[in-house]
Amino acid sequence: MKRFASVFAMIVAMMMLAACFAGCAAKGGDEPTGGAPSSQPAEPGESTPAADDGEEIVIGGIGPVTGDAASYGLSVKQGAQLAVDEINAAGGIGGKQIKYLFEDDESDAEKALSAYGKLMDEGMQVLMGTVTSDPCIAVTDESSKDGILQITPSGSAEACAQYDNCFRICFTDPLQGRSMANYMYEEGVRKVAVIYDVSSDYSSGIYAAFVDEFEALGGTVVAAESFTSGDVDFKTQLTKIKATDAEALFLPIYYTEVAYISNQAVNVGLKLPYYGCDGWDGVIAQLEGDTTNIEGAVYLTPFVANSEDEAVQKFVADYKAKFGADPDQFAADAYDAIYTIKAAIEKAGSMDNDAIIAAMTEITVPGITGEMTFTKEGEPNKAARVAVIQDGQYVGK
Amino acid sequence: MEFFEQLLNGLNRGSIYALIALGYTMVYGIAKMLNFAHGDVIMVGAYTLSVSASLLGISPYLGVLLSIVFCAVLGVVLEKIAYKPLRNSSPLAVLITAIGVSYFLQSLALLLFGSQQQKVASVINIPSIYLGSIELTGESIATLGVTIVIMVSLTLFIKKTKTGRAMLALSEDRGAAQLMGINVNRTISITFAIGSGLAAVAGVLFVSSYGFVGPYTGSLPGIKAFVAAVLGGIGSIPGAMLGGVLLGVIESFSQAYISTQLSDAIVFGVLILVLLVRPAGLLGRKKIEKV
Repeated sequence: MKRFASVFAMIVAMMMLAACFAGCAAKGGDEPTGGAPSSQPAEPGESTPAADDGEEIVIGGIGPVTGDAASYGLSVKQGAQLAVDEINAAGGIGGKQIKYLFEDDESDAEKALSAYGKLMDEGMQVLMGTVTSDPCIAVTDESSKDGILQITPSGSAEACAQYDNCFRICFTDPLQGRSMANYMYEEGVRKVAVIYDVSSDYSSGIYAAFVDEFEALGGTVVAAESFTSGDVDFKTQLTKIKATDAEALFLPIYYTEVAYISNQAVNVGLKLPYYGCDGWDGVIAQLEGDTTNIEGAVYLTPFVANSEDEAVQKFVADYKAKFGADPDQFAADAYDAIYTIKAAIEKAGSMDNDAIIAAMTEITVPGITGEMTFTKEGEPNKAARVAVIQDGQYVGK
Repeated sequence: MEFFEQLLNGLNRGSIYALIALGYTMVYGIAKMLNFAHGDVIMVGAYTLSVSASLLGISPYLGVLLSIVFCAVLGVVLEKIAYKPLRNSSPLAVLITAIGVSYFLQSLALLLFGSQQQKVASVINIPSIYLGSIELTGESIATLGVTIVIMVSLTLFIKKTKTGRAMLALSEDRGAAQLMGINVNRTISITFAIGSGLAAVAGVLFVSSYGFVGPYTGSLPGIKAFVAAVLGGIGSIPGAMLGGVLLGVIESFSQAYISTQLSDAIVFGVLILVLLVRPAGLLGRKKIEKV
């Protein structure tokens, strides 16, 4: 008996070790140092720590590159790396090269704070991050004390931009809800059914703003059904919606549940046009390209990979060449965040924190997620874009 | 009409809960332990099916068989490694170990397959039945049918076969059973093999109905099935069936006619009420502990 126990303990220990190696490998292996643009004078990550007003501008990044939310963090890390490499190859910001440092936070607030401390020790002057909302809110408390500019590419909770030094690239949850309400009303939809995730701030935030706006416009929400994360059976909710006179189904949820719902709607015989939010990004991969059930679905997104826009095309091609994967909206948001930082520093004309933060409200950034300006509150002004799902593809509209 | 549709939705959900609860209740009834990793064995079964179809290119039916065999072996191995050394320690230690095994299986799946859910093709080839506008899918029919067949055959197995009667004896009094010449270790191994094999069947039917498998696929259904087993009377095989179906129908009706937000509260409220009136569950036998 003892022997079994010790064998088991050994297996567990080996698994843990293997997990550590996998984590380390991901950290080290993805460091895109073996550079594509070899003309770069200083490879990011290789040079020695710089002094405050030296030859380099130190931009820090924080996000989860291991753990559950790793796909988001990895996209942000790579999207920003692409922008940094482009800027450095073209001569840097005002003649100074960018030194880009990225730390893992596993989407955990505590780890994000220690990552922040580590980056500050290494001379960080501007922070691009963090990727997920809760760690981001925790980090804003610190960055506002230090007074450096913080731009989150993807922290959509309201509080991610709570201080004067904090800005964001993505839409907030309520803004998404309001935008979709306006869009759907303009499309002629008057009666809508909604299914949302009551256990998620993201989903309920979009839902609440959507209902307010849609009813203020004169539409009616004829059914508001909910579920909790982890549910896979939506037939009851869908059957209920079938009994109403809804003209459209709005799903402010993540793609995993969208996949379940679109299959089960067919089972209960519900046929309505679908509308969604940016959590839908990834639904086509989830359905392995078979989009028969959600053909024509429209969802809000800041970024469509096969848009005809030239800058977007170039970004997608470069990203693919460098990282061997299609960029998602997180990569695009991070790419824009770096160019926003560049614009703010150039506008300020110095590396003075207050001047850079003040410059944020004066710049216009022609980003690949749309042309944006920023409010004093830290919110981006940009047009909401919608994507349509057609023949197994996301198509910009 | 809508009432009938919602009843069908509830039955469909409930039959899956019942199928999972059967394995739970059987292991508890005989080995007297709550195997909280049961839900994750379902996930392993579903992944086995997915891998055998996509990577090894095995036909779906062979895949189902492979999945059952793999999970049965996994169940026996888990019992030998994790639970057997603790057989004479406190029930709490075993319970915590089971939770540990559950996390172990989830993390292993996360490492091997990543967090993205995988699409799995249904193995059920029964055509849907249409009642007016309602589609009763082949998967629903198969799940309900398989659950009933398994319930009946499990009951017969335990009542009629020698191994089954040994299990029954073991559940009554382990020490006395051993004195009567019953091989305790072998009997418990068989119990785990059957329980985990049932979990594989549940996993196969679960992914056939819902179409996707991820590392956490088994955890929520596992908890719901545990509730179903307690509702019906844990340890009782017909009780698991009754509890599962009731749970599904109550869930569906409370979502349909009261509120989707409150459905979990209502389900657990019913559970508390039942346990207040019948502490051993609906069909559970009350045991008088002689001191």
